[in-house]
Amino acid sequence: MPTEVKMPQLGESVHEGTIGKWLKLPGDRVAKYEPLVEVITDKVNVEMPSPLAGVLGQILVEEGKTVAAGTPIALIDEAGAQAARAGVSLPAAATAAPAGTGVPVMSGDGRTAVQGQSARGGGPRLSPLVRRLAEEHHLPIEELETIRGTGTGGRVTKDDVLRHLESRGSATPVAAEATAPAPAPGEPGVAGGPFSAPAGKVAPARAPGDRLQPLSILRRAIADRMSRSAREIPHAYGAVEVDVTGLVRHRDAHKSAWRTREGVNITLTAFVVRAVTRALRAYPLVNSTFTPEGILVKQAIHVGVGVAVTDGLIVPVIKHADQRSVVGIAREIDALAGRARQGKLAPDDIAGGTFTITNAGVYGSIYSMPIINHPQAAILSTDAVVRRPAVVGEGIAIRDVMNVGIGFDHRVFDGALALQFLTHIKRQLEEFSPVGESAEF
Amino acid sequence: MSDKRYLDAIHDALHEELARDERVIVLGEDVGRKGGVFGVTDGLFEAFGGDRVLDTPLAESMIIGVSVGMAANGLIPVPEIQFADFIHPAFDQILSEVARMRYRSNNDYGCPMTIRVPYGGGVHGALYHSQSIEAFYAHIPGLKVVTPYTPADAKGLLKAAIRDHDPVLYLEHKKLYRLIHGDVPDGDVTVPIGPAVVRRAGRDVSIFAYGLMVHEALGAAERLSGEGVEAEVVDLRTLRPLDTRTILDSVARTSRALVVHEDNRFGGFGAEIVATIAEEGFRHLDAPPTRLCGPDVPGVPFAHPFEEWFMPNADKIAAAARAVVAY
Repeated sequence: MPTEVKMPQLGESVHEGTIGKWLKLPGDRVAKYEPLVEVITDKVNVEMPSPLAGVLGQILVEEGKTVAAGTPIALIDEAGAQAARAGVSLPAAATAAPAGTGVPVMSGDGRTAVQGQSARGGGPRLSPLVRRLAEEHHLPIEELETIRGTGTGGRVTKDDVLRHLESRGSATPVAAEATAPAPAPGEPGVAGGPFSAPAGKVAPARAPGDRLQPLSILRRAIADRMSRSAREIPHAYGAVEVDVTGLVRHRDAHKSAWRTREGVNITLTAFVVRAVTRALRAYPLVNSTFTPEGILVKQAIHVGVGVAVTDGLIVPVIKHADQRSVVGIAREIDALAGRARQGKLAPDDIAGGTFTITNAGVYGSIYSMPIINHPQAAILSTDAVVRRPAVVGEGIAIRDVMNVGIGFDHRVFDGALALQFLTHIKRQLEEFSPVGESAEF
Repeated sequence: MSDKRYLDAIHDALHEELARDERVIVLGEDVGRKGGVFGVTDGLFEAFGGDRVLDTPLAESMIIGVSVGMAANGLIPVPEIQFADFIHPAFDQILSEVARMRYRSNNDYGCPMTIRVPYGGGVHGALYHSQSIEAFYAHIPGLKVVTPYTPADAKGLLKAAIRDHDPVLYLEHKKLYRLIHGDVPDGDVTVPIGPAVVRRAGRDVSIFAYGLMVHEALGAAERLSGEGVEAEVVDLRTLRPLDTRTILDSVARTSRALVVHEDNRFGGFGAEIVATIAEEGFRHLDAPPTRLCGPDVPGVPFAHPFEEWFMPNADKIAAAARAVVAY
């Protein structure tokens, strides 16, 4: 347990001191009474001896700073305690120990009322609350032990766990909840989760009639992922109008035949995915992820397609989408969506995506600004196909028009590239020329 | 609403209940002609006469014993024990008769009595005029114990106690008589016996207190707020039955509990609260539930520096709260 070394009172009327020069550095051994630091007051310069033997753990006050007498200026680990303390730093002005502050806080039988100092000696390192939080968030004990503790003696506190959960993001929850069956709405609420209230703030007041809806695992995972994306990725947006009249007419003419022959519905989304994969090959930077070391351009193209389920949104991934035909894509979408709605997606079904498509148009949206599926670089949205008048040549005709938008990570590329990417897709869909009656183009 | 001192609120409750129900009798040492040694019963004798406001001999066992007889015969006695320190001769009456009446008579007889007891230190009262007694009496099944802090609660809880069909020990802190004033609703307003109240919402630590200590805890909370620690202060108001729901909800919010009372620490009422929190709120705790109490010496000292050493105050509460938060 590190012991505080305090600024001494060096004279009857002297109430503060300035650190002149540290004679020992963190990590140095120091013997009892060995000079530790030079202290300057307006009357005296002294070499202050160390009150105990051990290893200098942490310097709390730098050279040149002036502090009041009694202020902790350093922490010394008693000989032998150092090894256990590696990497843990205590808050600079630790007020954990009431004894010595001159305020009697204890009962007359001599026992301190507050256990502060003895926490390390007898108390648990993981409090009941911390253990409960770990349980609720599937935080294994080994990971819990790696969290830096800011409590007395390096104890991991509730706030430490909450901070850790926030920074760790949802790397595992999406995979974890895929193995769980379709989320039950009656899932118990998160009393201590990262979203109930930011690290300890009082929750919003509840008025009569208000109803608290507990978060399911899926909802929590979505919230986690969305927060992280919004927090880390600077989003920028662009959109193009796509005249899909040709595509729509072709599909309307042949979709029942396709359905009979292939056994699945060939949706517009399948065509869009096909066009997207070609555009991703043409603009590989869109199929990437931002890292501090650089932009990691992914070789494989795995396209995620948003699927609505009872409680939220899941994004199953079409692996190697560029190697599939429109029919192949449609089949895969059908299979994945089916599994998603039955809660039977495997972790592999939702992992590894490099690009995501979301179809807000199915709900009637004509413009959407989707949130990127972290850690990808972009997300494509397709909005509703709207029959409306449009300029064709020098005249006006009724056309089927669909907005296609992109949300992109502005750290990876800029608007110019984003629009080039969109335009590539637009051209493919507008210049749609199918091979005979097939769905391929 | 009127702004009243704590002792005026108690006085008004007595006056209103005496007027409202002719079965109500006030009795005790010096409560009649003298108007009470603190002035709480001032004017009642003049207003209601010697048949309703009785000066008793100096004999606590008799005061309570006579009240048991009154209650058994259809009256509603409101006896006063002049100082909590003197209540112990009546302990047998309270334990063996008052609290037991309904239970032992299989509901044939109740004991609708409210025993008013000024208690607590900080008034230079020394060993025989400063004692806290809640630990001894809250232990007795069949007896309710209340400790109002605000004047509104003082009035409302006293009315509720007088109307309660079962006995209530009403602990009024003598230092609060003239120290505290506040808004008291006009008219016939009772405060229910049982529910605690959150006096100040916070997120970092829950401080549970009653009586004068609520006042000190609120002072501590102000100090702590300046340091960025937001303490939640819960005024228990009723010690028995204890509002465990409010206590546990508070701990669920803050994950840290500090219980404060003036009474000696060992075996004090705080132990009951801390045991409840540990047993029922275990999974919410990020620090051990902790007590800050009077030291285990036989009485509040007379010498002023010693009395200060004994009494918890805002500074000591703030220091204890800081330590719990830093755990």
